[in-house]
This record gives sequence, structure tokens and C-alpha cells, in this order.
Amino acid sequence: MAGWLEQNALLLGLALLDGLAYAALVFMVAVGLNMVFGVLRIINIAHGSLFAIGGYAAASLGLFLAARGLPDWTGYVALVLAAALVGGILGPVIERGVLRRIYGHEQVLQLLVTFALFMILEDAQKLIWGVQPVSNDAPLRLLGTVDVPFGEDVIPFTAYQLFVLPGVALATLVGLAWFLRRTLTGRVIVAVTTDREAATAMGIDARRVFLLTFTFGAGLAALGGALASPTTTLVPGLGAATIVLSFAVVATAGLGQIEGAAISALLIGIGRSAAVYLAPEFEVVVPYLIMVAVLLVRPQGLFGVVETRRV
Amino acid sequence: MSEALLQARGLHLAFGGVKAADGIDLDVLRGEFLAIIGPNGAGKTTFLNMATGYLRPQAGTIAYEGESILGLAPRAIVRRGIGRSFQLPQLFTEHTVLENVALAVAAREGVWSPLRPLLRPAWREEATEVLARFGLATLAGARADALNEGARKLTDIAMAVALKPRLLLMDEPTSGVAAAEKMAIVETLARVLRETGVTAVFVEHDMDVVERFADRVAVWSQGRIAALGPPGTVLADPAVQREVIGIEGPGAAAAGLPGGIAAGHA
Amino acid sequence: MRRGAEISLALLGVAGVLAAAWAAPWLRFVLTIALAKGIAVLGILLLLRAGQVSFGHALYLSSGAYVVAFLAPSLPEALLLLPLAALIAGLIGLVAGLFLARYRDIFFGMLNLAISMVFYSLLEKLYELTRGTDGIRVEPPRVAGLALTLEAYVWAMLLVALVLAVGFGMLVRAYLASPMGQALAGIKTRETRLEFMGVSARRVLLAAYVLSALMGGVAGAIVGMTTRHVTPLLAYWTTSGELVFIAILGGAGGALGPFLGAVTYELVRVYAAAAFAEAWQAILGVVLLLVILFAPGGLWGMLLGLLGRRPGRAP
Repeated sequence: MAGWLEQNALLLGLALLDGLAYAALVFMVAVGLNMVFGVLRIINIAHGSLFAIGGYAAASLGLFLAARGLPDWTGYVALVLAAALVGGILGPVIERGVLRRIYGHEQVLQLLVTFALFMILEDAQKLIWGVQPVSNDAPLRLLGTVDVPFGEDVIPFTAYQLFVLPGVALATLVGLAWFLRRTLTGRVIVAVTTDREAATAMGIDARRVFLLTFTFGAGLAALGGALASPTTTLVPGLGAATIVLSFAVVATAGLGQIEGAAISALLIGIGRSAAVYLAPEFEVVVPYLIMVAVLLVRPQGLFGVVETRRV
Repeated sequence: MSEALLQARGLHLAFGGVKAADGIDLDVLRGEFLAIIGPNGAGKTTFLNMATGYLRPQAGTIAYEGESILGLAPRAIVRRGIGRSFQLPQLFTEHTVLENVALAVAAREGVWSPLRPLLRPAWREEATEVLARFGLATLAGARADALNEGARKLTDIAMAVALKPRLLLMDEPTSGVAAAEKMAIVETLARVLRETGVTAVFVEHDMDVVERFADRVAVWSQGRIAALGPPGTVLADPAVQREVIGIEGPGAAAAGLPGGIAAGHA
Repeated sequence: MRRGAEISLALLGVAGVLAAAWAAPWLRFVLTIALAKGIAVLGILLLLRAGQVSFGHALYLSSGAYVVAFLAPSLPEALLLLPLAALIAGLIGLVAGLFLARYRDIFFGMLNLAISMVFYSLLEKLYELTRGTDGIRVEPPRVAGLALTLEAYVWAMLLVALVLAVGFGMLVRAYLASPMGQALAGIKTRETRLEFMGVSARRVLLAAYVLSALMGGVAGAIVGMTTRHVTPLLAYWTTSGELVFIAILGGAGGALGPFLGAVTYELVRVYAAAAFAEAWQAILGVVLLLVILFAPGGLWGMLLGLLGRRPGRAP
């Protein structure tokens, strides 16, 4: 065991760093998915597509600005701007145009509606950006690499993945926790999540809360995609892969849990990275194995609350 | 064979700081009708929940027919012959009234036949018969979620009866039933149970019903049994009157319950 | 719906399928696939009756198809491959179901998804065994001991699919009316009451789950023998989504719904793919949205509406 550790220490270190960056992205998507579920009671299958479209939009916008000869730092503005545009446009369009019509319908139908949205968005994305890989890693290269000391060795790692991704995720987590607990709008959202009937009875305009939450969640997904775009090559199918991964994170965390989503994203992100380095065949399997293992022990997820029915 | 069908000893259960059961000792005697009365929150439903395996006491034992049923799942306890009806009717809302009762018959006879219909002649007949006894024959084809409160309640009890239990626990069987029909229904229910030799425990707020149908009354108060005995003696006890009638009277009125308690005993 | 009306509709459907396949040879393939998917959707229908949605039944579809792909070289007989596929898919369903039947709603859906995705990755990564995304080619097996010409084989597959569709349709119809099927519906509305009646809701769900897995396996075997090329895509979650899609499209009414939905789905898909190669998926998405928003009873519901109105209109 000790020998194995020594031999693979560097790999493990790299997996840890990679996993952290990866977990940060996964968290951005999963937390939005979870919030939307908490408030609207709808699992949005198209959520992964918003991630993918955010990524494509950010890459395109970045390339466009660079082609205009604008300074390098505008690449970062492009990331945020693209996410805001995608979330700000698609969020309200989807919520007002489609979801609003199916609140109170059977859960199966709600799920299927978002599946239909997923199908539409996937093709829309292919029509706009084609099926050829798209990439813009300028924001990644610009910040260069940092030598991370690891035992006696150093691991060179991009500053973007080391600082920017976890930084934004942490800021999102802290900001979200603060927003939900300390601001009026946040507390209204929490109220609707815990007891929609009571909240509506108290005069809270649930429709506004739904719109706000969905748009915000969509924006977070798009931001996740935008932030991911410099680190990866964008290809069709990214949305489909992202959504199933975020499902795993959300189910592992327990529904409606924000901090839980962060911890479960870390668990799954690092687990997956470790698999990438140590057992690449099982890279895709690891998140689900973690989820199944957690749900075997805690059927309501790591931080989920057991609902007991009064008889 | 001991005389007690159900034996509870030293049951304790606390939710947070609230003691819903604080040392319950009770023998339910073979063949008797035992009424449980007491203010809301005294732990009456909690007792039924413990006896049917829905809640597990933190301490104490429960035995049925001399064998411990502690830790058994509700399913296993039902199969031993303890039936139950609910304060809030637990119906299959997308099924008809007839199907609800037929499902109970099926549950008793074994549901594991995937090819023969639920409403096979024998089961349909039995379910119809049960419904007729409860005066629900005309509602047989109605969907359970379309019923009024009283009919829901009766269907709920009919389902429990269709399981042919030897001990039937009923949680407020008459609440929600219109006052005019109440006595007739309890009369029928009591006759059905007596005929089949079923022992019954029922939580009840209507003292007229208790006086008329209970062989014994147990008074619940703060997770304990404050008094136990024949209705004539127990209900005449000033302490019980203060406990049950004094506290419950206004509560019952506020909840829109029939004013039987206050009218009969104030 | 009266039993008589349902039987005549089913007979009409069978006749329609045969007539269409006779008139338009290219439809034989499409209809065989549609009937196979309809069989798989019957399983989704069972679970929907309990209020549960599986986003992972591609697992059973693909395991049936891979049983064919693996065993066809050594056992080239369709009438043996089909029951074997059913058996193996049913066994996988039993093992997975023992775990899954404990969960409800979103957890049930997501765990199904998770297990099918694990299976998908294995199919994709275990190249030595499965040839990864290249998939496995399947030589047409014999049917009832006969080595058929390609045209006769296509006909034979269609007939096999048709017979199985009718058989499983009748089975599911009986199942839904049986106490097991009715208890399944009880899980949706009042699971605790089932327990208080001495019935194990878990076992009720498990039984339906195993049956649904078995039918998925049969459907997958038909798909494998018809497309004669089995790839991991058959196990991807979007295939599972497609099955749920078809279930809703058809309408959760009766055993005919899944086939109505599957035939419509395949036809729309074929035409949309021919007319708008880039956007057929989006078109299906729009169709699904329209059905849910404006015809929540599905095609079956629309059909019932038409049938119900007709006598009123007649003089």
C-alpha cells in the first residue's frame, strides 16, 4: 500500500487538483438544478443544455472579441457576458413560454416537457455551432501555470483551473448562502421551497419567484459552461453528458440542498478525476457508483430530510 | 390462552421533548370494545401507531396473542390479524369505492395473481356486500377522491373490516360523519364486529358513542392512562370530566366537531 | 373502453400494419422497430401506473440486443434468442429491481438512469468484448430452423414482432386489471395503506419492474435482429427518454397506447429525418411539447375522444 502510494503520489496529486477544478464546474450546474427543483418542483433535463450553450456562446464571443483586436482581458468579460446573455434570455423564455403552463401537472409530464426542451436545445445548438469541435482556450493560457508543491515534487497546473474555477464556485456557494439567508428575496425563495401553499397564502407572488429562480439557475448553468469552455473542447453531446452527471450530484446530496450539492460535487468531481488517472475505463462509471453507494446507506441522499407521512 | 388479546407494557415514546407515550400499560381483552378518550395531543393516535408497527416505542413491549410484535413492520402485524382504520382516511384516490374495498379483500386473499382480474365475481360480491353493510352500495362506482368526508371515513373503515381482522383499531371512526347518521352507522359497525367476534379499540370524541358502545374506557392524558374502567364509572369521575370535557370541549367546538360532548355532559 | 371495442381496434391495428408493410416495403423495417419499442413501452406503462418513471430502461433494451449480438454466432435461431434475451434482461431487472424498488419518484428515476449509464459506459469501454462504439454486426439468424432470404427474413421479423406485441399487449392488459396491477396503481396514490393491508408495496413494484425489464429485453432482441447492428447508443439515457416519450405520446390509457405512440413516433422520426436532417430531434421535441400542452391524454386520449364523439354526431 505504502509503495503504491509513493509510486502514484504525483498522479493522486494531479487527480486532486483536477478533481477540484472539475468539482467547481459540476457544482455550478448542480446547484442551479437543485435550486430550480426546490422551488419549481421540476427536474429540468434541459439544464445540461444550458451549460453546453453557455460554453459555446462564451467561446464564440471570446473568439469574436479577440478577432476584433480587443485586449486579452476582455476574454474574461466574454465568459460572464455570454453566461448572463444565455441565462437572461433562455431562462425567461423557457419559464414563461413553457414551464408556466405545466405547473401542477403530473411529475411525469413535467419531466417530459423538459426532455422535449432538451431535444430542441440540442438541435438548436447543432444548427448554430455545427457538429465540429469548438474551442477557445485563451482565458486558460493567459494566466499561465503555477508550480504546486507536492511532497518533494512540484506539479505545474494552470492558474485558471487552480484559482479561478474553485474561486468562482466558492464565491457562488457563499454568495448563494448569504443571499438565501440574509436578503428578503432569498428568504422568499426559501419560504416557497419549504412550503409553497403557506408562502402563497402569505401573499408571496410564487410566479415571480419561479421566474427569478429559474432564470438564476439557468444563468448558473450557463456560467458553469462558460467557465468550462477554456478548459475543454466543445462537442455535441456535452449537454446530455452534463445533465446525467448533475443528476448524480443532486441525488447524492439530497434534494434542495445547497451546501450538500457542494460536498457531493467535490466527492464526485475528485472521484471522477481519480478514475481518469488511475482507471480510465471507469471514468464515467465512478460518479454513479458513488451515488449508488450513498443512496444504499442513505436513501434520501447525504443531506436529504426524510419525509414521514402522518397517518 | 390468556384473556388479553393485546398486551402493552411500559411503552415510552418521545418526539423531541414531547412525551407521546410515558409508560403505557394496557390489556385489550378478547372480544371487548375499548374506547380511548382524551384531549388532542394526549398520545391516542401514537398508541395506535405503535400497536400497528408504524412507530416503534423507545421502551416497553407489545404482545399480541402472547407473542411480541415489537419491531414488526405494519405489513406483518396486519397479517397476524390486527386491522386499522385512520383518522385521515387512507384511500386509493384514483380507484372506485368498490375497487378500494376489493383491494382489501385481495390483500387478505393474496394479491399475487397477475392474470385474473381484481373484480373477479367472488371478490366483487364480497366487496359489494361489505359496502352494503356500511350503506355505501350506491357509491360503489364513485371514485374515492370524489366522496365527501363521511363517505371517505366509512370506506376507510370498510376496507379495514374487509381484511377480517381479529383486532380492529379505529382512529376516530365517527369524526366527519354527519351527526344524523352517526348512531346508525356505529350501530351497524358494532353489530358487524360483534357478529364476527372482532375485538375493537377506538379513539372517540363523542361521549354518547362511548357510553353506548364501549365495554371499557381508557382515558389518555399526556402520554399516560389516567383512568380505565366501565364507561359508567369512568365518565362520571369528576377528574375525568375536568380532564376530557373541560379541556376538550372548546377544542372540539373550534375544530367544528359535533357538540355531543358538551351537550351530553356539561 | 369496452373490451369488444379494444379488441376490434387491436385487430384493425394488426391489419393496418400488415397492409402497410405489404404496400410499402420500406415500412416493414420501420414498423418492426416501432412494434419492438411498443413492447418496451408497455413496461414503462406498468411503472407509470405506479407513478414511477424509469429513465433507464434503455438498459434492458440494450441488454436484449447485446444478448442477440453475443449469442447469434453460436446460436443462430431467432426463436431461441428471443426467450434468452427475455430471461437475461429479466434477471438483470430482478437484481437491479431488488435495489430500486426501495426508492420512489425522482430517486427511482435517477437511480434507473445511473444504473443504465454504468451499463452504457461498460459497453463503450470494454472494447475487447463489445467492440466499443463500433458496435457488433449481427448475421440474420434462422427463424424456426429456416435460413431465409433477406426479404423473407424482414417479413418474418415483422410477424414475430407483431405476434409478440399482441401477446404482451394482452398480458399487460390482464396484468393492469389484476390485483397486482391495481395494487401498482395503489402505490401511486396511497402506498402506506397497502402496507397497512398486509401488502408489500416493494414486492408489487418489483414484480412489475421485472416484467418491464423482460419486455425491454424482448424488444431489444427484436431491434438487434432487425437493425443487425448493435451499438452502445441503444443503452444511452436518451434512448430511455425516448421510451418514456412514446409512453406519454401514446397516452397512459391502455395496452394499445404504447403501439399507437411507437408507430407515430417512428413515422414522425423517419419523415422528419428525411425532410430536416439537422433538426429531426427538435421536431420530435416540438411534437412532444404540443402533445403534453394540448392533448394531455396522448394519442390514445385523442382517439377515445374521436370515438366517443362519433355516436353523438351520427343522426
